Amino acid sequence: MYSAPFEYHAPATLAEAIALLGRYGDEAKVLAGSQSLVPLMKLRLAQPAHLVDLRKIEGLTGVREAQGTLFIGALTTHAAVAASELVRAKLPMAAEAANLIGDAQVRNLGTIGGSLAHADPAADWPAVLTALDASVVVAGPRGEKTVKLEQLIVGPLTTALEPGELLTQIRIPLPPARTAGAYEKLPNPASRFAIVGVAAEVSLDAKGVVQWSRIALTGLGSKVTRAGYVEKALQGKPADAAAVKAASARAAEGLELRPDLIGSAAYKAQLASVYTERAVLRASARARER
Amino acid sequence: MAEKLFGASIKRREDPRLITGKGQFVDDVRLPGTLHAAFVRSPHAHARIRSIDAGAAKKLKGVVAVYTGKELVASGVKPIPVGWLIPNMKVPAHHPLAVDRARYMGDAVAVVIADSPYVARDAAELVEVDYEPLPVVADPAKAVQRGAPAVHDEAGDNVCFKWQLGDKAATDKAFAGAAKVVKQSFRNHRLIPNAIEPRASLASANPGTGETTLWVTTQNPHVHRLIMAAFVLGIPEHKLRVISPDVGGGFGSKIFIYPEECVVTWASRALSRPVKWTAERRESFLTDAHGRDHYSDAEMALSADGRILALRVNTIANMGAYLSLFAPAIPTYLYGTLLAGAYQTPAIHVDVTAVFTHTTPVDAYRGAGRPEACYLIERMVDLAAGELGIDPIEFRRKNFIGKDKFPYQTPVAVMYDSGNYQGALDKALEAFDYPAFRKEQEQTRKKGRYVGVGFSTYVEACGLAPSQVAGALGAQAGLYESATVRVHPTGKVTVFTGSHSHGQGHETTFAQVAADELQIPMEDVEIVHGDTGQVPFGMGTYGSRSGPVGTAAIYMGTQKIKEKAKKIAAHLLEASEADVVYEGGKFSVKGSPGRSKTFGDVALMAYLAHNMPKNLEPGLEAISFFDPGNFVFPFGTHICVVEVMRDTGQVKVLRYLAVDDLGRVINPMIVDGMVHGGVAQGVSQALWEHAEYDENGQLITGSFMNYAMPHADDLPSVQVDRTETPSPVNPLGIKGAGETGTIASTPAVANAVMDALSPLGIKHIDMPLTPGRIWEALRGR
Repeated sequence: MYSAPFEYHAPATLAEAIALLGRYGDEAKVLAGSQSLVPLMKLRLAQPAHLVDLRKIEGLTGVREAQGTLFIGALTTHAAVAASELVRAKLPMAAEAANLIGDAQVRNLGTIGGSLAHADPAADWPAVLTALDASVVVAGPRGEKTVKLEQLIVGPLTTALEPGELLTQIRIPLPPARTAGAYEKLPNPASRFAIVGVAAEVSLDAKGVVQWSRIALTGLGSKVTRAGYVEKALQGKPADAAAVKAASARAAEGLELRPDLIGSAAYKAQLASVYTERAVLRASARARER
Repeated sequence: MAEKLFGASIKRREDPRLITGKGQFVDDVRLPGTLHAAFVRSPHAHARIRSIDAGAAKKLKGVVAVYTGKELVASGVKPIPVGWLIPNMKVPAHHPLAVDRARYMGDAVAVVIADSPYVARDAAELVEVDYEPLPVVADPAKAVQRGAPAVHDEAGDNVCFKWQLGDKAATDKAFAGAAKVVKQSFRNHRLIPNAIEPRASLASANPGTGETTLWVTTQNPHVHRLIMAAFVLGIPEHKLRVISPDVGGGFGSKIFIYPEECVVTWASRALSRPVKWTAERRESFLTDAHGRDHYSDAEMALSADGRILALRVNTIANMGAYLSLFAPAIPTYLYGTLLAGAYQTPAIHVDVTAVFTHTTPVDAYRGAGRPEACYLIERMVDLAAGELGIDPIEFRRKNFIGKDKFPYQTPVAVMYDSGNYQGALDKALEAFDYPAFRKEQEQTRKKGRYVGVGFSTYVEACGLAPSQVAGALGAQAGLYESATVRVHPTGKVTVFTGSHSHGQGHETTFAQVAADELQIPMEDVEIVHGDTGQVPFGMGTYGSRSGPVGTAAIYMGTQKIKEKAKKIAAHLLEASEADVVYEGGKFSVKGSPGRSKTFGDVALMAYLAHNMPKNLEPGLEAISFFDPGNFVFPFGTHICVVEVMRDTGQVKVLRYLAVDDLGRVINPMIVDGMVHGGVAQGVSQALWEHAEYDENGQLITGSFMNYAMPHADDLPSVQVDRTETPSPVNPLGIKGAGETGTIASTPAVANAVMDALSPLGIKHIDMPLTPGRIWEALRGR
């Protein structure tokens, strides 16, 4: 596995990195945790002439909380997110999802920001962060801006990032009381990417009735998708087994399901239902205790 | 020497080296001035090569040469031969580099030789090949249909050979009189071996001496040397040395002679520089010989009282685009001969059609033919029991070959050496508690859960093989094994074995045997293998032959050593040879243990030769060749318990028990590991692994992103136990252990899944039993 030739850059500051990206444009690729880009380079499916490694830049890692928001540096590894006490206490869904990514090696090197910028349609973070209504901070030649996750990922391996822009931080609003999430995933037995991954964030009232929910599916479509039908069907209903089952039956609605080695479109619709049901039930159980 | 080493779980001596990164694999061998090869491979499964333009590639800085198939042929490089011939078989030329047409995705059409592997790869991308894509057939069942595109002009119908075994008339007659007939079609899907170390070769030609050394990842260095020297490259055999250093797994895939090592060796001689190639993982997927890939129709004739009367099998076996070295033997002599299984089936007839397709060549992969046979029989036995409404255990008991029937002549040519099938089953059932399981199963079914048990009471053949028999059946080689036992003047011993270790632990187990027999500490024995410059001509390791054949040669060598040593000792002790005994590493005279000579004393005298018996040559060294009188036939019972999830079709393996009879066992710990690994591979075929080509012959499972390997957390702890029925075939009573796990486990898992789903009326689902396939079968039920 020998990559095509490239020039390696390791800028010390964000400004330098942005300048490098500006200088080399389409010829440059950003290196974060190396878990997606490097395999593609070794297969020569990606042949960037310039590699801009962000790992020497300070301030892009770590988790902190301020003003009801959790801030996660884009270069924080999946393992660090999974191990963060803050994440485990405030956003158990994010911790459990981080622990289900790839394998131990991938989790120790791969980063949350890298995963989002790569936008694999079967990645776990897009679903989890969509359900959590997260935003990302984008730094570019014209300064910083905040983008909702749902606006960031526009298609398979495609984001709304403009040339020269970098993803620096993930911002997650901390949920109110009686609100929690759960992530359920069927991993591909080979890649461990999600055949289906369902992230459900559910908010209950004092009586256990669903006030609102945000449910996002990954793996089945060309990008992360909200299970709009399920969210609507759950609203105002008690989060009990029957109601959740009924609502989840149409979890795949709106998805264009394609048959492949994994199974038929009907099988994928079934997986969407089963995993949505599991995620919503577990999220509801958590919400009741919070 | 108090404790017997044979039978002791001694930790592997090779492991400290291997697990601390001190192993020496082919890619670790660094020679000054080494050039690197990169192969240009066809992206098409079938295409005419109109032209190859290497102009741009040759201009790249660091590129030394680019060669095409035509240039190799012009310089005298011959096609790679086949090592096993079936009558009337078509043998199309397999050129190391394709000459006029590429016949599978990954077929090499040119090679670039450059200063570094990076430059070689860059240049390979610059080689412009003008391909004219041609029609493709990847599926062996479609390849034999009228109008299918021909892979080779000399086999227009894509049939490589037709082969049959057994008494057709007797089989037909048994079917005519049967009370019941059970029929089932099976797909035994294609697998990719995926040894952890990719194939690699490094050739170094010495223009001064005319000698060439080839380091290559091979399971059989002498076979490599013989074929490359005598058939492909025309190098005098004694001028080619083949070294196979540490090798990281083979599973059969490193038995064969591949194009790359031929090209690298030729290029090193052409350029008078060392040339190295190490496969990229993508190349491993595309070009390591694949395994399995059968379609079979099976029918079993049954009597009203539940006896198997006959078995009829029609199999289409995929050979791939070219014949790999032992490919023809796999779906024939290693498959058809095993179709009796553990059962007294009076009549069997098997018909095999081997076909060419536009896919990677297929050859031996752990088990090689025997897993295909075992899967078919063990599934058929369960289907038959189900049809008759008899418990699968009861049905097996009724049809087992009794332990008093050995040696047992099957209707498919082979003679089973020894066995006690009932004994292994009983031991397994005792550990499992079958009645309790069935009760529990009933309870879980009431709760809507689908738990099932699967049995596999397998028999397999290993210890390849009696040379005369193999020769009569088409093998172009003998299948004995060699060993030289060299005692040094200080009494230390080096054993040179023709077997090859690529994970088997020979450095430990072979030393256990030699040290035991010579009554010296194991630390005093060194095992050398994998170097034609040191080791006598040997056949290498495959077909679980190192235990039953390889150690037998070592055993014989040690006996010769002891005989000669005894003569020297008797002379030194001034006693008659008949009165000398060898005990605890000392030669002494019967009745007067005070007078003795140690093994070391005798060894020293053998080399000093100051005081030797008359007419006895100095030195203490023996060479032995062991040619077995028969195959050995390990057997046993594997039990698998699974739960199938009704809503997603997922299968969870809850429990796995293996009771194997491998004859006598040298190192139980190592054998346990072999069983664990084999079971993982066999379970993996049943549930996960699957090489899939699309209609255009594109391998769509060509990486670890989509080809599922077993993960530790997918498997339960395997409960291993054994019975011991020594084989009479070799002096140590060994039956061989390397492949049983793979052979036995696949049908155990499949039977368990079908048992779990039996309340839903499911009788059979083809492997791999992926959740999607299972759910599809359950739809609407």
